[in-house]
Amino acid sequence: MNTALKRIIFFALIIGFWEAGSRFGLWTEVVLPSPTSVFQALASGISDQTLIIDLVASFKRLLIGLGMALLIGTSIGVLLAKSKTADDTLGSVLLALQSVPSIVWLPLAIMWFGLNEKSVIFVVILGGTFVMALNIRMGIKNVSPLFIKAAQTMGSRGLDLFIRVIFPASIPYVVTGSRLAWAFAWRALMAGELLSTGPGLGYTLRYASDFGDMSLVIAVMIIIGVVGAIVDQLIFQRVEKSVMKRWGLES
Amino acid sequence: MFIQIEHLNKQYNDKTGTPVDVLKDINLEIDKGEFVSILGPSGCGKSTLLSIVAGLTKSTSGVITVGGNPIKKPGKDRGMVFQQAALFPWLNVRDNVTFPLKREMSKNEARQQAAKYLHMVQLGNYQDHYPHELSGGMQQRVAIARALAMDPEVLLMDEPFGALDEQTRSRLHGQLETIWMETKKTVLFVTHSISESIKLSDRIIVMGTRPGTILTDIKVDIPRPREAHKEEMVKIEEHIMSYLKIEIDKVISEELAYEHSS
Repeated sequence: MNTALKRIIFFALIIGFWEAGSRFGLWTEVVLPSPTSVFQALASGISDQTLIIDLVASFKRLLIGLGMALLIGTSIGVLLAKSKTADDTLGSVLLALQSVPSIVWLPLAIMWFGLNEKSVIFVVILGGTFVMALNIRMGIKNVSPLFIKAAQTMGSRGLDLFIRVIFPASIPYVVTGSRLAWAFAWRALMAGELLSTGPGLGYTLRYASDFGDMSLVIAVMIIIGVVGAIVDQLIFQRVEKSVMKRWGLES
Repeated sequence: MFIQIEHLNKQYNDKTGTPVDVLKDINLEIDKGEFVSILGPSGCGKSTLLSIVAGLTKSTSGVITVGGNPIKKPGKDRGMVFQQAALFPWLNVRDNVTFPLKREMSKNEARQQAAKYLHMVQLGNYQDHYPHELSGGMQQRVAIARALAMDPEVLLMDEPFGALDEQTRSRLHGQLETIWMETKKTVLFVTHSISESIKLSDRIIVMGTRPGTILTDIKVDIPRPREAHKEEMVKIEEHIMSYLKIEIDKVISEELAYEHSS
């Protein structure tokens, strides 16, 4: 039996039990709405475009935040790899900061930027920056000395060596860093939206929860999960796989 | 003399801080167009010597000149081929070969130059392939084409066929010989294989270990192709063996002494 078929049967079984449980009254609609009501909430949200507007709004913040995180993270990573002093000082701070979930910065961000989009984007940037910086640092430090020697015998040095050899050689780490940065940023975004303002998927989730609309809560959760899985598997894992292959890191 | 190495010394400090001689008083003169092998057991500093000529490693003292210019850093006048092909995996074969040509010629000229040398190593049809799609022997041929494409005065080769299987190696020996006769490059070829050095070179510099010194300098006066002169090759091989036997015994007894002392 192939994987796709196994998955379809698996999901069908889960949804089947879930629907049956709701029909037989094992739990009430308030505790766990049935798949049918979730589907209706999803369908009406999509047809009246409210969920689409939320999704677009969330993605806009994500793209701004993640874009800046990748840019800042790459710059910091290069700095850490190239300067021992920066690595000894800033590097240790970064390691500590990376273990702090970025959402804990939200209260401070709200004080600095107000209860608005800027605060959420700030949290998203923090979510992606550190992991990107640490991966870039590692990527540059792990460039094979043989590549550098070979390039030197071909007259490459300094900035030319960095641009044409060291940076491309660390691309696998750039890709892994970006994938992790995206994952952290996406989680930070949802948390940020839950705790601040809309429009956005996270905001709609809290709004629905405040009004006891559990079908919409689950509908939004499904969108968050599906979007996350699509971006991760269809984009990042594919890019990562082809890069690993081309760079000879995987047979 | 084209390449001149005078009183070259290389020391490094070991873990306890005591200086260890890697190369001691190396003197060597090489003519333009000569194919010279540097032969020795592992640990004799032959790769270090080549690396110093390439400008990748600093010597402790002594002078190396190539065409009269003292060597201080790597340069395009000396092309290097390593044991690993060291091709850049993000570039296809053509772009790997044009890598050193970016500054001095137009894109078109560089492509033509690359094509010329890729044809020379019989990989003209693989220009759009990526390194991971090639076998080890093919990768090494691209590396040779890349070194030749920048038209260096000297070709430095550090056990370039050491990681290949026997058949591939023997085929590449033939190709390298042809290329050398076509291009008239001066070749400095590091190897630990006696037969390889006899097959390929005009001269064999035999090195000994601890410290790395030149034991002898043997002229190989056998007409090419050399497969037809097996007897003379065997004679030279025995001659070289008589030098290396002492060296190998020395290494073994030192290692035994080390094991007993620790």
